[in-house]
Amino acid sequence: MKNYSIWSLFRNAFSGHRSWPQALPDVAPQEQYDAVIVGGGGHGLATAYYLAKNHGITHIAVLEKSWLGGGNVARNTTIVRSNYFHDARGRLTEQALKLWENLSRELNFNVMFSPRGILNLAHSTAQLDDYARLGNAMAVRGVDAELLTVGQIKALVPYLDTSPEARFPITGGLMQRRAGTARHDAVAWGYGRAAALRGVDIVQNCEVTSIVRQGGKVIAIDTTRGRIRTPKVGICVAGASSRMAELAEIRLPLENHLLQACVTEPVKPILNTIVTHGLFNFYISQTDKGELVMGGDIDGYNRYSTFGELPPLEAAIRACLSLFPSFSRLRLMRTWGGVVDMSMDGSPILSKTSLDGFYINAGWCYGGFKATPAVGQVLAQMMATDETPELAAPFVLDRFHSGHIIAEEGKGPKPWLYH
Amino acid sequence: MLRIPCPYCGERDRTEFTYGGDASVQRPADTAHVSDKAWDNYLYFRDNPAGEHREYWQHNLGCRQWFTLVRNTVTNEVLKESAANPGSGP
Ligand SMILES: Cc1cc2nc3c(=O)[nH]c(=O)nc-3n(C[C@H](O)[C@H](O)[C@H](O)COP(=O)(O)OP(=O)(O)OC[C@H]3O[C@@H](n4cnc5c(N)ncnc54)[C@H](O)[C@@H]3O)c2cc1C
Ligand SMILES: [Zn+2]
Repeated sequence: MKNYSIWSLFRNAFSGHRSWPQALPDVAPQEQYDAVIVGGGGHGLATAYYLAKNHGITHIAVLEKSWLGGGNVARNTTIVRSNYFHDARGRLTEQALKLWENLSRELNFNVMFSPRGILNLAHSTAQLDDYARLGNAMAVRGVDAELLTVGQIKALVPYLDTSPEARFPITGGLMQRRAGTARHDAVAWGYGRAAALRGVDIVQNCEVTSIVRQGGKVIAIDTTRGRIRTPKVGICVAGASSRMAELAEIRLPLENHLLQACVTEPVKPILNTIVTHGLFNFYISQTDKGELVMGGDIDGYNRYSTFGELPPLEAAIRACLSLFPSFSRLRLMRTWGGVVDMSMDGSPILSKTSLDGFYINAGWCYGGFKATPAVGQVLAQMMATDETPELAAPFVLDRFHSGHIIAEEGKGPKPWLYH
Repeated sequence: MLRIPCPYCGERDRTEFTYGGDASVQRPADTAHVSDKAWDNYLYFRDNPAGEHREYWQHNLGCRQWFTLVRNTVTNEVLKESAANPGSGP
């Protein structure tokens, strides 16, 4: 395995791109590792990369039950932003955004991070006041935020119906210009390859089936490819978090829900920023290939399957057409779903546990993709030092007992209502 | 679409109903003397099963009653007839 460079591109161009080496070697699991990460999604692979890079811990493995990028890391709508009100979430996602800005260079892999901005639309003056409050909270933290007038919005997003006759007339919006999108599957491949280059074993088709404990400590795990001895296990398994924690007899404040998204046929560039509806949960952006990617609410009841229903998509498309009436002519090409682990306060869990050597990263609800680089750094630090890093401190499991819950939307313990 | 059998009105489309969450968690009986831990467990911690799930639904576009249902969270199959649940909801 070698780094990509302008020379390798030249060389391979002249041989008709027929002799590129395999991007990621196929490895079998060893009998023992210093640490194991369960789940080869963006979070797990990033954690492995930073364990190797920042902490020099390279005798580690990432175990993935199917293939890299088969989970939510490549099912999401690729939105990366740090426009949160709560300090805890704001700081973690801002740390991630700073890493996104340089990630392609860092990983020697083009993750196509594209800071095209995110625009949250307001449909009343009260809502605009609320966005001013959110923008101020961001600004205090040193994060970019800008209130836009209808005139500015019209110039920025010409296809948006900004007329007073619109179904939900627009009164303004909040813009975070540094937000954007990234090529989601390239994030998995990029982190995976960069970790492998540093000696990490990335093992696909290897499912973890039990956590072996002794005296309150992790000592090994069983997998479909045999037993592996290890003193440290970090789980980054998204929708499988409850089941994985159950193997360690830990109960989590999580519920699984199904989130769907869809994509239209590709068209010429017509949307150069991410736009969200201010009244419904709806978000849309255009990919570099020209398709419009959009999503809305979760299906709304506990679900363990990626097969969804039409009504939530219908609602998203209704919201879309109230903003962009002309998009009604576009054809929908594909819809899909992902199982998201919704936490009881809508915020993630990044925590050590009552079991020594067992670390949990879960509960990312709708929004874990944006946090990928920061989660990797923070979880790696937690696993390497066995201490709780500052950025993770608010997200510990204990908050559900201490009362320090982080409910950005304040909907109480009803995960299906969080966004 | 998921079809839900309302014990009062019969089977209808899911879009007529509002979800109320896990109905298997037991609200501590003696709320005056319950420990903080037990109360937090009741509020926040869930089994989140892949399979049979007892849950609350309200027929908000029909009779407006709350009831409980056992549904398979993997297949969406409704396993047990829904039970009327007078006077309570989530
Ligand atoms: C439709 C949709 C849209 C979304 N849009 C956005 C968005 O725009 N912005 C944003 O920030 N977030 C978004 N998200 C959320 C985001 O995708 C997730 O929060 C994030 O990807 C989760 O982390 P991950 O990438 O590591 O998870 P995953 O990629 O799901 O990784 C978990 C991995 O664990 C593996 N695994 C499970 N059990 C085992 C086992 N026993 N042994 C071994 N491996 C196992 C799985 O196979 C899987 O590959 C969206 C999600 C969905 C579904
Ligand atoms: Zn009814």
